[in-house]
Formats: sequence, C-alpha cells, structure tokens
Amino acid sequence: MFWSTVALISCVKLLLIPSYHSTDFEVHRNWLAITHSLPISKWYQEATSEWTLDYPPLFAWFEFILSCFAKYFDAEMLQVKSLNYASPRTVLFQRLSVIVTDIVFAYGTLELCSYLSSSGIRKSSKWGSRWGSPAAILQILLLGNAGLLMVDHIHFQYNGFLLGILLISVARILQGHCLMGAFWFGVLLNLKHIFMYVAPAYFVYLLRSYCFLGTHSGSSVQWRAFSLTRFAKLGLVVTSVFLVSFGPFVILNQLPQVFSRLFPFKRGLCHAYWAPNFWALYNIADKMATVAGRQFGIIRNVPAAVMTGGLVQEYKHVILPEVTPRTTFICTLLSVLPALVKLWYCPGNPYHFVRCIILCACGSFMFGWHVHEKAVLLIIIPLSFMAVIWKKEAQMYVLLATVGHYSLFPLLFTAFELPIKVLLVLLHSSYAFLNLASLFDIKKCSLCLPLLNGLESIYVLGLVPLFLFENVVYPLLGLNTRLPFLPLMLTSVYCAMGVSYFWLKYYWHFLTTSEVNHKRKAH
Amino acid sequence: MLEMNDVEGIPVLVLLVAVLVRWCVSLHPYSGQGRPPMFGDYEAQRHWMEVTRNLPLQDWYYNTSENDLLYWGLDYPPLTAYHSLICGHMADYINSEFVVLRSSRGYESYGHKIFMRATVLIADLFIYMPAVWWYFCCRRQSNSLNTAKNVRNYNTSTFTAKEEKRLTTHMATYLTLIYPGLILIDHGHFQYNGISLGATVAAIAALIQERELLASVLFCLSINYKQMGLYHALPFFCYLLGNCLPKQNRSVVAGFIKLLSLGSIVIITFFIIWFPFLKNVNLLLQVVHRLFPLARGVFEDKVSNVWCCLNVIVKFKEIFTNLQMAKLCFVATLLAVLPSSMDILLRPRLDKFLLSVINSSLAFFLFSFQVHEKSILFAAIPVALYLPVEPLPCFYFLIVSTFSMLPLLLKDGLLIPYIALTVFYSISVLLTVNFGLRDLVNYPIAFTPPGAKTNQQKSKKPVRIYAEIQPFLLRKHFLLIFFVSLAACSVLTVCSVAVSPPSQYPDLFPLLISFYSCAHFIVFFAYFNYRQIFFFSHSSKLKSK
Repeated sequence: MFWSTVALISCVKLLLIPSYHSTDFEVHRNWLAITHSLPISKWYQEATSEWTLDYPPLFAWFEFILSCFAKYFDAEMLQVKSLNYASPRTVLFQRLSVIVTDIVFAYGTLELCSYLSSSGIRKSSKWGSRWGSPAAILQILLLGNAGLLMVDHIHFQYNGFLLGILLISVARILQGHCLMGAFWFGVLLNLKHIFMYVAPAYFVYLLRSYCFLGTHSGSSVQWRAFSLTRFAKLGLVVTSVFLVSFGPFVILNQLPQVFSRLFPFKRGLCHAYWAPNFWALYNIADKMATVAGRQFGIIRNVPAAVMTGGLVQEYKHVILPEVTPRTTFICTLLSVLPALVKLWYCPGNPYHFVRCIILCACGSFMFGWHVHEKAVLLIIIPLSFMAVIWKKEAQMYVLLATVGHYSLFPLLFTAFELPIKVLLVLLHSSYAFLNLASLFDIKKCSLCLPLLNGLESIYVLGLVPLFLFENVVYPLLGLNTRLPFLPLMLTSVYCAMGVSYFWLKYYWHFLTTSEVNHKRKAH
Repeated sequence: MLEMNDVEGIPVLVLLVAVLVRWCVSLHPYSGQGRPPMFGDYEAQRHWMEVTRNLPLQDWYYNTSENDLLYWGLDYPPLTAYHSLICGHMADYINSEFVVLRSSRGYESYGHKIFMRATVLIADLFIYMPAVWWYFCCRRQSNSLNTAKNVRNYNTSTFTAKEEKRLTTHMATYLTLIYPGLILIDHGHFQYNGISLGATVAAIAALIQERELLASVLFCLSINYKQMGLYHALPFFCYLLGNCLPKQNRSVVAGFIKLLSLGSIVIITFFIIWFPFLKNVNLLLQVVHRLFPLARGVFEDKVSNVWCCLNVIVKFKEIFTNLQMAKLCFVATLLAVLPSSMDILLRPRLDKFLLSVINSSLAFFLFSFQVHEKSILFAAIPVALYLPVEPLPCFYFLIVSTFSMLPLLLKDGLLIPYIALTVFYSISVLLTVNFGLRDLVNYPIAFTPPGAKTNQQKSKKPVRIYAEIQPFLLRKHFLLIFFVSLAACSVLTVCSVAVSPPSQYPDLFPLLISFYSCAHFIVFFAYFNYRQIFFFSHSSKLKSK
C-alpha cells in the first residue's frame, strides 16, 4: 500500500510536467552544464550565467550524476553557453529527475512509518485500519505534502530529495543508530548548507545522548560518563563526510572561493516577497508608524518608504532601527538557545530532539537573514511526524500546515497554476483536518474547525476572504496600479501572524512538557 | 487520498482529486495546438463560438459567405450550438478577440486556453460530476442493486452497515470520475463529451428512481447535445416501452396512458429545443443533413471497430458506394442490437438496463456508420457505472477503451497524461476493489468461496462443490488473460512511441492497436450480451425457487 500511494502521487507529479517553472529551473540546468562540461577546478569559478553554483560540493556531484543521464535526453542543455535553454526534452528530463529523486523522500517516509508502527510509542485503536492508522496518515501527509508538490514539481527545486535525507537521518536517530544519523546529516549539510540551521539540535542531542555513556532521561550531567571513543567516532564520521566533500577544493586551494559562493552576504533582509516571519511584522510596524506619523505631522521630510517589490530588495526603515545581519544572527541564536538548553537537560529522548529540530528551523525562519518562504517546509515536514503521535502537536500542525502552504502561494503567480495551488492546499489541509481529527477521536464541533479552537478557526478560515480579496476584489477595484505590492504584503503579514503564533505556542509546549511525557500513552 | 476512515469527509476529497486531475491534464496540449491551417477540435469549438456569436441562427448550419462549412462547420445538434452561443458571449465579454468573425480563426493564446479549459471544467462540475454522484446515490437507495459485496470492507468493526454502503458509493463515484478516457478527451484533446454523457448518466439515475418522465427529458437533452447519444437510444426506448406493455398486474389502459405521457414529453422537449429551427422546413432538413453526413465515409482515421479492421482484407470503399455502405452498416448494427434490445423490451428490469445500454452502445460503436475513435466513450461511461457490480471485466474494458484512443492521444502530445492517468486509475481501482485475489490465494485451504457459504452448508455433494470451484478456476484464468493482455497493451504503447514503423507500413502501430482493441471489444460485446440475456434470468430463477 505504501508504494501504491507513492505511485499515485507520482502520477500527479507527472501531470504537472508542463506547468510553470521558475528561474530555479534555469539555475539547475546551468549547474548541470557546469558540472558536466567543466573540470572540478572550474566549478566554483565559472560565472557565465548569473546563477553561479552556490550549493555545497556534494550537491554539485549530485548534479554531475544527473548530467550523466541528461545527455541521453538533450545534450544541448549541458552547454554552459546555452543560457535559458528549455527545450521540451530538457523540461522532461529535469522534471523527471525531481520525480525520480523523490524516491529518497519516499524511503525516508517509509523509515519513519515503519519506526512508528514498530516502536509502540503511539497506542491507538486505529492501527488495524488500512487507511486510518497513524502510519498510513503520516505517509499521506508527507508524500502528498502540498508545499513540496508546489515548490518541487511546479516551481522547481529538489527539496523532496533533501528533506528525504533529513527524514532518513531523523529515523536513524529515533531507531538509536546515532552514528548513521550523524552521517546522513553530514551528507545533508554538504548538499545544502541551509540545513545548518538545525545543526545545533543535532550537536546538542548527539553530544548529550550519544557521547555520554549510560544516559537515561532525567539523569544529571556526569562528566565521568563522557566517552572519548564515542566522541571520536562521531567526529570521524562527520569530518570524513566533509573531507570527501571539500577535500578536493582544499587540495586545489580554492576553499575561500567556494565559501564566498556559498555565503553571499549581499542580499537584503527580506526576500522580494517577505517570508511570513518576524521581520515581515517588523517592516509592517515600521510602515504603519510612518503613515501614522505623517498623518499627525510628527515626522516630516522623510522619503516615501520603498516597498517590497520585484527588483527592490531593500526596505529602508523609517522609524524603527535598521536591521543588520549581525542583529538577525543574534536574534536567531537567542531564539533557539532555550530549546537547546532544554534538550541538553532531557537526554535520551529522541522526540525532544525532533521537537528541537522543529524549533531550530522555526527560529531561523522567524529571525534569519534573507529567509525564503520555502524554508517553512523545513518546519512542516518534521512536524508531520509529531502530529500523528500527540494530539497537541496535531492541533498545531493543522494550523501551521495550512498557513505555511498558503504563504507559498505568491511563488506561483501564473493563471494556469492558480487552481492547482488552491486545490493542492485544500486537498492536503482537508485531509489533515479530517484524518487527524478522526485519529484522535475529536468530537465534531459545529462552529470550529476540528482540532482548532474558535479563534484559530476564525484565523484559518480568514485565509478564504484574504484569497478572494487578492484574486477577485483587488484586480476588480483596479488597485494593482496604485498599490502594486498590497496583496504580497497582506499575505505575508497575515501568515506571519499565524507562524509567530505557532512558534510561541510550540515553544511553550516544548519547554513545559514533562520529561516522562514521551513514555506515557500518546493520546 | 482514498481515505476510508472518516465517511463524512470523503466526498470533499473525492471532488478535489477529480478536479485536480482534470485541471492538471488541462495544462497539456490540446488537439491541433499550433498546427495551422486546420488545427483541431479545440479550434472547432472556438470556431462554433465565433459562428454562433456573430451570425443569425438560421445561418449556423448553412454554407454562406460568412460561414464556411468546410472549415469546421457546425455538425452537432442545437444544444451544442446554444452552448457555443453562451460560451461565445462569455468569450466576447472576457476578450473580444477570441470570437471576432473570420479574423479570429486559429486564435491561440495563453488566456484563451485557460478560458476554453475552464468552460470544460465548469461543464464537468455542474453536469457530469453531479450526475455521476446522483447515479450512485440512487443505486445505494434502491435495494435491488446491491454492490457492497464486491468492494472491500474497511475496518468493518467500526462501521454500521449503512455507512459501509455509503463508502462503496463514494469509492464508486471516485472511480467513475477519474476514468482516464473521458478526462483525456475532454480536458486534453478538447471536447464537451461530459455534458452529453452527464445527461445520459442522469437519465439512467432518474430511471432507477422510477421517474421515467424526467429520464426521458434528460435523455432527450443528451441526444440533442451530441447525436452520438443515440447509441443509447434503443435501450431507453425499449425499456420505457416494455414498461408500458400490458402485464399481469397492469391494465392496457394504464400502460397506454403512460406511453402517451412519455411520448408527449419527448415531443415537447424536442419541440422546445428545435423551436427556432422549425420555422422553415428547409432549414430543419439542412440541420439534419449536417448531423448525419453520409458523405464523410464509414470511418475516419483508425477506429477500433469492425469495418475498419475488415477494411484491411476487404476494401469496402472500393466495393460499395457510401449509401450502400450506410445501408449495410444499418443492417449490421440492427442485428447486433436486436438481442439485447428485445431482451430489455420483453423483460424490462432495472438491473439489466445498464447492461443493455452497454450492449447497445458497443453494437453501435462496432458496426455503425461514421464512427470516431472517441465514440468509445459512449460505451465506456455505462461500463464505468457498471463497475461496482463486476469490477474485473469492467476495469479491463475501461483500460482497453482508453488504450484504443492512443493513436489520437499521441497525435495530440498527450502521452504523459495518458500514462499518468492510466496508472493512477489502475492503482486506485486495485486499492479499492476486491478482485478476489486473496480468495484465490486462500482457496485451497479455505475451500469456501465467499457468498457461496450458505449453499455449501445446504448440500455437501461433491458435484455441488465442483460447481462452486468452477467459477473460481475461470476467474483464475481470466485474471491471467487480463494481466497478459495489459502487458501486451504496454508493449504496444512502448512500440508506438519508441519504434519507427517500416516505411511501407507507416500506419502499422495504429492499425495494430485498432485490431487489438477491436478484438477485445467484440469479446466484451459477446460477454456483456451473455450477462444480460442469460445470467440475470438464471439468477432470478434461483431466487424464485
């Protein structure tokens, strides 16, 4: 049944082949060309296209392997000079490569599902049910994740493949194979360095729960129990992955060049479209203060604030202080610190580890520099696993999944994809609401959405009028010329409120959960 | 996706999946995309909007200086024309360039594609999908048609019997809505078959509810949208007539009144639909002439029917004139329809009716004059409705019916959606329907086919047991044939895509596909006839004992 579901969803992915693809399509085509036609020494120096290789070396190797198959489809796409090349066969190949590499994601899902059904953590009367068991629901929530379908199979990226490796790594750690978990995470870091955001959770958990012998939950730190051999093993595994990845560039003496490509600090605080995070709220507060100030004549002679827009990535704050990368870095660090401390004092609890991953991802999403809206998937995907085990997390999951997927809407702005994105999100959310509610035997409430309280229901249902305003009322009123960025701003501010609410609630939940909670019957 | 657990929510998920799949197929190319000068059916539909929007009604079917009938002249009944008129006005409202007289010929744009695709989706949403939904709800309510035993019982302990029945309704609706053939033709190739077929399905549903007047009206609407709806006309006629014939518990007068009311409602419906064309006899004749074009020959392209296949051996077009050929077709079709129609006329029973619809439409597809490959849909949709009763043969038929349109789909560039939808549909069927595979595996140990338990307890004679084994052995063989045949379909698909045919036979693969599908259709035709005429009468005898 698992692979049947995978095949069913792959068929939908196949149907999406001719849909709109973003510039990321050209980015990855260019990388195929670079890795295929140039020697390694040129990979991080080539700059014919503006889309230079800015992922770590293992991802370059991944592109290299793909390019070995690409030449059977269309050799022309492997030329560095053929910029913006998108012949039908190129499109077919690139789309198929995403669909095929999603098998890694499917495998990660399978590992989590089989862990779930074998560990006995989740007691439920529904295990006998073919479609209603926790594992079955988890598999559909993950495989049919609307955000992944939109970002990978329409917008074009390889998030499914990368998140699949994250799931494998998490599953290994849940199973108690910490070294394997560390290995896969090392691989993941060398595929895409954005996953560094969750590295603190790995570091703390592995150090505390693996490197200390005989740790069990609740035990205090005993430095005598620290095992140097385990620490060395762990270090060896991780460094060897990094050596394989970066070694050639060390030999070529190109390390600074590679790092300058990986960490470009030239971009603005917010992406062209504000990701729904703290800075979106910060910006809007500044904007409102400016407008109010001008209204009451408190401030004068200020330049009209530059709004978020396609080319202008900078937003000049008028009233509130300007935000620097250093500020965002400190904020992010502070935001994850309490969670890490809690994790340190609760060793041997892999569920806290998963929660900490979620909080790390969420903290960096809330406060990071130049955050992409797609990063919300890094929160939603691990949370799916927790949602089928604990009711409280299911309640937060349905809220975040709906809002997070909605916040991806601006990525797909073409008319043909409009119904598709709406249908995908509706399908995923209604599936999640219906099945998680029945999994936890939630009684029907006529006024609220299942699993949510009144206020949350109003908030989630408020997305409907928001959508209608942006797509029907706004163009009809002819506002698009006067206030061109209003819809984007509304979306990101509205979603930012939801994400922030989730973040605070989840943080509170994590900090207050008792240590023995995970041993109790999950219900 | 196929969640069985929460009965309340399933309809929403079913609807969303059905719409999602349709719109995803809409992304793909339509017939004749970017291929001047004639383009394809997409341009035909657009051209009809242009013609009906801009010309007076009496010119629609005439060749005038403004209306070149050789360029996609209107050749469907008035309801299609009215529908085009409405769409034409909408198109004009959205962007008048879509339907400017003459100069809009071959108009193609991103926005126009969205508009056209949306019109098909809206038609499906408001006609076809509710009709299918209504049909399966009617089935659930009528006690005589029990389908529950063939669909797997999920989580039996937590369901009441009623909910379980509803479950099968949802799944049957789902499976019908995602039948690939109709989606590919309507949302890929571009046509509005869903409207005509939706009306037919609604008419069948009305018959199940014994609302015969409503059924007649709906069926009239169907054939007035597409004349291919006539494939189903004989069973409707015979069933309704058979219900008017005097029987033991029905007087002659009551039957006559019923016949009279049915007849008058049909005439009234036709009168209303054709009213604008009735002012002038010549106009009426011209429309009828356009609807049934003798000049276009017995078939076009490669069709999986008898004439096209026999044509390889006997060149009909050289031996007979078109008129002679038409007469031959008429006689052959009549002979083929006769058994099932006579059966439904003399024994008008509801559970047989659907089978007679299948048989009639298959007979027309196989033997009638001027058949398109797309016409197989008119046989396939009744089969899709029949699927819960006999899943395996119906599933087999539906796969082959989609396969028979492969050459057309390849021409339109719809290979990927064809593969994706066929796999999607097959997996959905395998996940929801119980083919008895598990019974086959357990058979040597258990030795009790489900459903036959009571019989076995009654008499333990070995002969009796043998009689019960036999259908199982047959089923085993049938499964084998089924899988081999599907493998052959896949091989032929791969060949038509990847292998270039020998230069002296450029049409080799389309022809092979036609042969292959036609052979299947003939066997299915025989099988469904057998089921209709012998099986049900047999089972009714058993019941009466």
